[in-house]
Amino acid sequence: MLEVRNLHVEVEGQKILRGLDLKVHPGEVAAIMGPNGSGKSTLSYVIAGRSDYEVTDGEVLLDGENVLDMDPEERAAKGLFLAFQYPVEIPGVATMTFLKASVNAQRKARGESELSTPDFMRHVKQGAERLEVNPDMLKRPLNVGFSGGEKKRMEILQMALLEPRYGLLDETDSGLDIDALRIVSNGVNALRAANRGFLVITHYQRLLDYIKPDVVHIMSKGRIIKSGDAALALELEKNGYRDYVADAAA
Amino acid sequence: MPPMIRREHDAERMLGEQFRAFRPVDTSTTRRDEAFTLFAEAGLPSRRIESWHYTDLRNLLREALPPAPEPDAATIEAARERLKTHAVPGAARIVVLDGTYRPELSDLSTLSAGIRVISVLDALSSGDLDPDLAAAQRLGQVESMLALNAAFLQGGAMIEVAPGTLALAPIELVLLLSGRAPAATYDRSYIKVGQGASVTLIERHASLGEAKSLAATVLVAAVGDEASFEHLARIDGLGAQALHLGTTLVRLGADAKFEATTLVATGGVTRRQAYLEFVGERSTAHLYGVSLLDGQSHADTTLIVTHTAPHCESRELYKHILDDEATGIYQGRVVVAPGAQKTDGKMLSKCIFLGEGANMYNKPELEIFADDVVCGHGATVGSLDDDQLFYLRARGIPLREAQALLLEAFASEAIETVSLPSVKDELNDRVGQWLRQHGR
Repeated sequence: MLEVRNLHVEVEGQKILRGLDLKVHPGEVAAIMGPNGSGKSTLSYVIAGRSDYEVTDGEVLLDGENVLDMDPEERAAKGLFLAFQYPVEIPGVATMTFLKASVNAQRKARGESELSTPDFMRHVKQGAERLEVNPDMLKRPLNVGFSGGEKKRMEILQMALLEPRYGLLDETDSGLDIDALRIVSNGVNALRAANRGFLVITHYQRLLDYIKPDVVHIMSKGRIIKSGDAALALELEKNGYRDYVADAAA
Repeated sequence: MPPMIRREHDAERMLGEQFRAFRPVDTSTTRRDEAFTLFAEAGLPSRRIESWHYTDLRNLLREALPPAPEPDAATIEAARERLKTHAVPGAARIVVLDGTYRPELSDLSTLSAGIRVISVLDALSSGDLDPDLAAAQRLGQVESMLALNAAFLQGGAMIEVAPGTLALAPIELVLLLSGRAPAATYDRSYIKVGQGASVTLIERHASLGEAKSLAATVLVAAVGDEASFEHLARIDGLGAQALHLGTTLVRLGADAKFEATTLVATGGVTRRQAYLEFVGERSTAHLYGVSLLDGQSHADTTLIVTHTAPHCESRELYKHILDDEATGIYQGRVVVAPGAQKTDGKMLSKCIFLGEGANMYNKPELEIFADDVVCGHGATVGSLDDDQLFYLRARGIPLREAQALLLEAFASEAIETVSLPSVKDELNDRVGQWLRQHGR
């Protein structure tokens, strides 16, 4: 289980998360929805291990083990994967080189043998086909000159190759047209498994038409203020965030 | 204005004594006397001259090392051993050892038809210099160190590529120092690339020993109309007591192409300077380089690219990685003459520090006298990008490995245009090896 307990986080003295509690069970798709500025992206970065956030209290437990003292690479090897809202461009590093370095670094960290090149290539090819990733993209520098949709598909391809325990999807739907949204969602759905959980962060309900959540959490001002089933997302779509923002402020 | 009074400098006085005692193997004494007079009038370049501000030779040269003697048999054998490394498949090889051209170490058997190589001393004493080469050489007439090089010239190669020659095999110009005893070397090579010809020259500088050295080395290139010249240079492992002054003078005709990539990975003091002039229209010149500096090493890249003719394109891209207390200097100047309309010039110099004691002086300059041009320059100094590092680490790539990936990528951008796969791999491998030595 991925569990966030009483998480308090500051950035440059400003409180962003204020005692957030959250559980994602294996096999579960949990959605977090919330207005802009509620701390959704901060949550995903803190779980993945970005260093410019100060955790002032609380824990993030992966199967009972606190990951907050671990380096990002260690968390990744333990099975946490963040699909970035804005995938970073890395000029000069071919996508295929990066994918191989990434897969093998995680295997090495877990004491597994490195994948042979033919095995690895076969893996990548299958994943690329499913996500309609053009093989030429794999030769290009990572994310450089990729369209918004290509970048997001590349994120999901990485997730498919790395087979994490928990996938955090940070506004994966942002900047996607309807076709790209369908491809990306299909990619995520194909990875749903009994031993794998997802935390889907989104501002809009639309994504959840494609990736059906088991549970929906509403976040405001750094806390989860309401949880429910998929119907909660539909209700939000109708009424907006206003009620919840007002509740939280009250 | 009263004449500037220059205090006599020990090294300059010693150079004067050395020149009076110098007995060149050729008989071109008039030319040498004229050159030495030019040098003596200007003296060693110092910080008073803007382009030498950061590499002050009056300060760096406390004494003048004697010109290197002819290498003995043991030195030649040692050179022969060393030459077994880094052979480029199929390349013809010209070897200059301690400043003198060594036919017995060279291998011209794979020279493409249409290319002729002779000793530079033979070429210069048998007649006047080719007018295009003479014009290219004049680009450096403001440099007193080039005059010194001409005065003490020991050897080098004259390479003539006949018009229309498409050289399949590259030419290596290997300049080795014996490094056995403190010595100065003065070599100069010429390459004339005839109309429509195409050739790659790989210039390597290395040392067999660690003795104190001064190497004043010059390459003069005249690239004819529709010709293509690729110049790859590697200055590597000269030792902490080396002072390397390398000058490249290039004159480009019309519809010509010049591609240069330089790797500097050495201790001591290095200055690589290039003067390039576009005299014909629609030509392109790309000057790329990587400096890998550590310890107390000092590397200065100084470029002056002059657009005299319109419709030409110049690109400069230099990457510097500095560790320890190393010093990097980049001075790039693009001059666009009044008639050089439609010039397209872009210059970028980027530096990454690994060590906290390192220094970088980044000075790109544009001097534009034409009104219809697209020119730009940029310079950055900093460390690796945190967002990129986090992205790689979030995918499981450990910090050190992520740094190495990004640094290799940083450097490889300035290597990627190298046309020969074996040389491109060699340079990229050298970057990787250097990074591993520095814990990355």
